[in-house]
Amino acid sequence: MTVQTRAFLDNPLGTETTLKDVLDAFEFLDDWEERYAYIIDLGKQLPPFPDEARVEDNYVHGCQSQVWLIHHYDDARDRLYLLIDSDAMIVRGLAAIILVALNGKSPRDLLTTDIDELFEQLDLFRHISPTRGNGLRAMVSRIRDIAAAQLERD
Amino acid sequence: MSNLSEASTAALDVEALRRDFPILSQQVNGKPLVYLDNGASAQKPVAVLDAMDRYYREMHANVHRGAHTLGDRATAAFEGARETVRRFLNAASTREIIWTRGTTEAINLVANGLAPRLREGDEILVSRMEHHANIVPWQMVAERTGARVVPIELTAEGELDMDAFRQRLGDRTRVLAIAHVSNVLGTINPVAELIAEARALGVVTVIDGAQAVPHFRPDVQALDCDFYAFSSHKMFGPTGIGVLYGKEALLEAMPPYQGGGEMIERVSFERTTWNQLPYKFEAGTPAIAEAVGLGAAIDYLDRLDRTALAAAEDALLARANALVDTVPGMEIIGTARRKVPVLSFKIAGLHPSDIGTLLDQQGIAIRTGHHCAMPLMDFYAVPGTARASFAFYNTLDEVEQLFAGLRKIQRLFA
Repeated sequence: MTVQTRAFLDNPLGTETTLKDVLDAFEFLDDWEERYAYIIDLGKQLPPFPDEARVEDNYVHGCQSQVWLIHHYDDARDRLYLLIDSDAMIVRGLAAIILVALNGKSPRDLLTTDIDELFEQLDLFRHISPTRGNGLRAMVSRIRDIAAAQLERD
Repeated sequence: MSNLSEASTAALDVEALRRDFPILSQQVNGKPLVYLDNGASAQKPVAVLDAMDRYYREMHANVHRGAHTLGDRATAAFEGARETVRRFLNAASTREIIWTRGTTEAINLVANGLAPRLREGDEILVSRMEHHANIVPWQMVAERTGARVVPIELTAEGELDMDAFRQRLGDRTRVLAIAHVSNVLGTINPVAELIAEARALGVVTVIDGAQAVPHFRPDVQALDCDFYAFSSHKMFGPTGIGVLYGKEALLEAMPPYQGGGEMIERVSFERTTWNQLPYKFEAGTPAIAEAVGLGAAIDYLDRLDRTALAAAEDALLARANALVDTVPGMEIIGTARRKVPVLSFKIAGLHPSDIGTLLDQQGIAIRTGHHCAMPLMDFYAVPGTARASFAFYNTLDEVEQLFAGLRKIQRLFA
């Protein structure tokens, strides 16, 4: 197993930390400060991003911060694994929420997951709305493209 | 002098002024709006909103057709606004006032108009602090003509390096295109001095005044620049309209920018001749209501005591500078001696986009990112900055709120 593959499998987001964990946690967060402190903490759970993967192909454009995204498809188990990195902490946290929802799913399941609805539920929709130039939307499009391409290959 | 400015400050009733700007009295994310993104676009006083509303309700028709009463009224309002702009800039004639969509279009117009004069090896002098709008149009023209765009370097404080300017200015220089005020740093460039030295060598001078006009009134005859460009929306007028001032002789010598209606004298398939100035550069139906709105914005500013406004703005910047030490790791980018109230900054360990997002949660609007000045970001080796840009309607309390907001963000990350 390569170091990179290891990093994918060690990612706790979407495996150890589940969507239910996040939704439950949000229930108890009263004000914006607590919510963002939690989002920042989630961002800290992103596993280290392999330096050699910081190349143009993996760069997500359209973000104020630098965003990198790579994937690994486990053929035998039909699972798509994702790694994301950003130099902005809020973007890292929001990326973590995206990973909690999408990481380790089959491409088919991934494509039926409604991220917009999730962000609306968490009252974070403004971050992913097309009017915000923070790249969240670009990130989700990239992930969906990867899943769609994988499905086509099957 | 200080007594005078104190008296002026005392004379300025900010709360009364704020009532002229209805958008300011609203809540954002459950907090009173603190609008500190005036450098990107300023808010509009009721006088501007009313002027545009009245124009559409009472006098709208196409201009310069002269066949009926409404057309006459619209033309009078539209040309009246041009005269207001002429007065604002102290231009010699309204023939020198060209309506554009904004500063960007104005600079593109000049760059294209000067292209026929440019040859292989000619140099267009800009500075490293320019907005992309005063770099890219020149690069596009340089590409076509073989000319080169050469930057004047800066000091660490964010002032033009005058020695570098004098070294760069030479036989090959054809154009000097420079910001009156930097959108990122707030630096007020010594344009009168730059223009005088450039003119002595026969260099055409183009001043990007987008960030200057919200804060003070330029006098184009005193500056003796060849061109001066600005946008309405940054000086409390509507979006979609801006101004290019140009010296009449240069404008006469330039080819038209776009073809269409209004800009022609006579069209035939054998030969088309151009309309006189300023219409030669105004193809198509212009932004009439917006011109009227800009005129109203200038009239509004004229009714205020601009000395008092400038003193109030200086006080905002001084308060902000005094509070920098209350935020550990905060560093101001751009510490020129002469500045408009613009505060670009970075905070150790915080990405500008995090700062922007978390201030927004507190109802505070600032700009984050590269501010369309990537060469300047490279100079300071930052991916972007956070920028608070003040207008005269901002209060000292809002400056305090900005810094309280920043300290709160730091606690969140601690």
